[in-house]
Amino acid sequence: MPRIGVFVCWCGSNIGGVIDCPKLATDAVNLPGVVYSTEYKYMCSEPGQNSIIQAIRDHRLDRVVVASCSPRLHEETFRKTLARAGLNPYLLEMANIREHCTWVHNKEPEKAQAKSLALVSRAVAKANLLEPLFPSSIPMTKRCLVIGGGIAGIQTALDVADAGHEVILVEREPTIGGNMVKLDKTFPTLDCSACISTPKMVAVSTHPNITLYTYSEVAGVDGYIGNFEVTIRCKVSYVDHTKCTGCGDCQAKCPTKVSNEFNLGLDTRKAIYIPFPQAVPNKPVIDAANCRYFTTGKCKICQKICAAGAIDYEQQETIITEKVGAIVVATGYQLFDWAAAYGEYGYGRFPDVVTGMHFERLVNAAGPTGGKILRPSDQTEPKTVVFVKCVGSRDPAKGKEYCSRACCMYTAKHAHQVLEKVPGAKVYIFYIDVRTPGKAYEEFYQRTISDGAVYVRGRVSKIYQLGDKLVVRGSDTLLGRPVEVEADMVVLASAMVSSGGIEDVARMVSVQVDKDGWLQEAHPKLRPVETHTGGVFLAGTCQGPKDIPDTVAQASAAASKVSGLLFREELATDPMISTVNQAICTGCGLCVPVCPYQAVELKTITERIPGHAPRERTVASVNSGLCQGCGACNVACRPGAIQVKGFSNDELVAEVDAICL
Amino acid sequence: MRYAYYPGCSLHATAREYDQSTREVCGALGIELVEIPDWGCCGATSAHSTSHLLSVALPARNLALAGSMGLDITVPCAACYQRLRYAQIELEQNEAVREKVARVTGTAYDSKVDVKSLLEVVVGLAPETLKSKIVRPLDALKAVCYYGCLLVRPPRVTGFDDPEDPQIMDNLLRTCGAGVLDWGYKTECCGASMGISNEEVTLKLVRDILRVAEKAGADCLVTACPLCQNNLDSRQTHVNRAFGASFEIPVLYFTQLIGLALGIEPGRLGFNSHFVPTDKILKLIT
Repeated sequence: MPRIGVFVCWCGSNIGGVIDCPKLATDAVNLPGVVYSTEYKYMCSEPGQNSIIQAIRDHRLDRVVVASCSPRLHEETFRKTLARAGLNPYLLEMANIREHCTWVHNKEPEKAQAKSLALVSRAVAKANLLEPLFPSSIPMTKRCLVIGGGIAGIQTALDVADAGHEVILVEREPTIGGNMVKLDKTFPTLDCSACISTPKMVAVSTHPNITLYTYSEVAGVDGYIGNFEVTIRCKVSYVDHTKCTGCGDCQAKCPTKVSNEFNLGLDTRKAIYIPFPQAVPNKPVIDAANCRYFTTGKCKICQKICAAGAIDYEQQETIITEKVGAIVVATGYQLFDWAAAYGEYGYGRFPDVVTGMHFERLVNAAGPTGGKILRPSDQTEPKTVVFVKCVGSRDPAKGKEYCSRACCMYTAKHAHQVLEKVPGAKVYIFYIDVRTPGKAYEEFYQRTISDGAVYVRGRVSKIYQLGDKLVVRGSDTLLGRPVEVEADMVVLASAMVSSGGIEDVARMVSVQVDKDGWLQEAHPKLRPVETHTGGVFLAGTCQGPKDIPDTVAQASAAASKVSGLLFREELATDPMISTVNQAICTGCGLCVPVCPYQAVELKTITERIPGHAPRERTVASVNSGLCQGCGACNVACRPGAIQVKGFSNDELVAEVDAICL
Repeated sequence: MRYAYYPGCSLHATAREYDQSTREVCGALGIELVEIPDWGCCGATSAHSTSHLLSVALPARNLALAGSMGLDITVPCAACYQRLRYAQIELEQNEAVREKVARVTGTAYDSKVDVKSLLEVVVGLAPETLKSKIVRPLDALKAVCYYGCLLVRPPRVTGFDDPEDPQIMDNLLRTCGAGVLDWGYKTECCGASMGISNEEVTLKLVRDILRVAEKAGADCLVTACPLCQNNLDSRQTHVNRAFGASFEIPVLYFTQLIGLALGIEPGRLGFNSHFVPTDKILKLIT
């Protein structure tokens, strides 16, 4: 007969303020198998944990039930307590009487008391059947894949590489740098974005521990934590980068001009192009869709002009496979397609209604206007500029429900730049709230107000062209009346949304996409860079809208998690995973397609029964590196051959009986 | 092609020229209009601002009359159209209202009748039908189309065009050869029935519309709503007096312009019954 100890936690007033914890402890003693029961104000604190250890020794306990908060919060804590007392840590069962009881029933203490006892009975019933579990180990490949070469991917790659591990950085564009390298100055210190990001780009390309694949995409991910096998598809650039010297002659002589995506269509580039002068690698690619040779069969000017003989029209796509132990997703964001949603702002048909990113290019010394703020329609300097915040953000009707977090600050920065660069300029900013939670952010906002920016609290209901002016109509909710501003240019702070193709990446690395399209972290507060898939981490805006300081902080956090992982020689696996009783497995294979982690496969075993000839049979087999213990196979298994350790059918039935019978 | 024709009160009174031109154009295009016998008021603003039941029951009676003719309804007036469509949707989706309305009108709703604005019906013709009959293209004309607040709104009720930047009338007039200008006031309010109770408000709204149309370079405004037309046309002299302006922009129904393009004689299209003289438009199209 097991000897179970029950430990009831008050959690201060969270539990103790609603139910009578001493009474719960007294009632628990009568449950089958319980030999000791007590309560304490904070069971997770050091004295609380020590009291558990002492009780295990004094009362020769071999199973422990802690009635407290959610196991998501403190199961690990109490498992370690058991280990310190010399017990197998998996002989612990928790009863969640906080989230599942006192927090939600705080107005009905009597019913909460009864429910708490029911929850404790359930835990005790299961504890009676608990078996010791032992983690196994898997080897660790000491390399890391980083998907995405924006500032998040760059920072993660550099930090992991500096820690001494090999990094594979994959970027789908011809250059790394992402969105940040397009920006002009960055709030609140106004340092130039290129000056702080391009040195990091160079550091990536020269770091001995980093292998850089630009113009490449991750095409597939197999394996599991410590042992991923990644397929990378290198797109065809038609330029042999081992021969190319980056002289730029081809780009100068190419006869085809197309809209330049780096400058958001504000100017043109050639069909063979280096995206911008500080690109890394600083070597061109051919845009075959627009190249005269590829579209008409005639031209080849770039090949004739190239002294290095680097142009290769016959180049083929290459597929590379790399083995890594950890993966960091840093796929970033793009801007919400406001033109498709906001008819009242003209559906994008007014050239002088632009996004904040267009403004960054217009005000950037390396941009299409050489840093002069000129409006796109007629290249004149706008004297009155209206900024509209929350376009697509905080607008569930047309866009996204969430706040994009960076817009209040970059709009303040834009306003400051207009007032600084355009003498006598007038700036109006329509806003819902001004949110400035960051170091020196509020001060920057106040400075913009004292520069002369006029903040109008209200939404813009309409923008229309009137002659060469744009009329912006909105409400001033502080004055309580509608207002109209005749502007020369309107800048929309459009929402951040996750970058295109995120669903494919999410599927490959088995990470959930949340309701807003961002990648789901394992816990919003306590595990912000981890995911529910072992060995896969998140950095930057792929997890949610962020500004640069937060992105870099998160990237370094992901890098430190990865480094910690890669420093291990081998990895202990969670023992609470599926196991197959091959003796009763019929090999039906129903468990294979239901597994979301591709952890179950069929294999052939040779069965030896005394008195019979050996015979071959197909049975299910669980890969302990991949299995996350979700239990989907357990449900699908008709003969009951697959069980999840720590959640066996007997244990689950005992729990149900304890509550329902 | 036959339709039950619901003219509404305006087309028998202030908007006679809309009625005339509608009948002429439909005749020329092979759309047969059968006026609903004993049709009644659509309820207009008065009904829906006082009684929800009345605002559904009045159009419901007209829907029932059309139902007994076995024809779909076409409505030239934007407000009537919107009220009939709204009632149709309400009767389909709200069982309680459907039962009440059946009780007060004495006729159960049957969902066979569809309600279409006249614009939809004309646009719904095979593209060649209109094009092949144009004898006087409107090449020299620069027009802005004014949809007003009701014709394409709310989109859940009307739903046949974009509520922010409608195009249906623009494209129709382009087919007739007119130079249709883009402008920012397609769906602004003209003041509607406020013209009667608070003219000051309406005058300002009308002034704004005329100002933006003039700035866009329009020879005329084109509408599909009798109340819009009335406000914009009949109040121009008031606006000029009140604001010291000198607007003289003819305000036409789209049917009048299509009629011109089809070669119908202007007198039969009601060009002589406008407050702002229409001669300069007629001079452009000859």
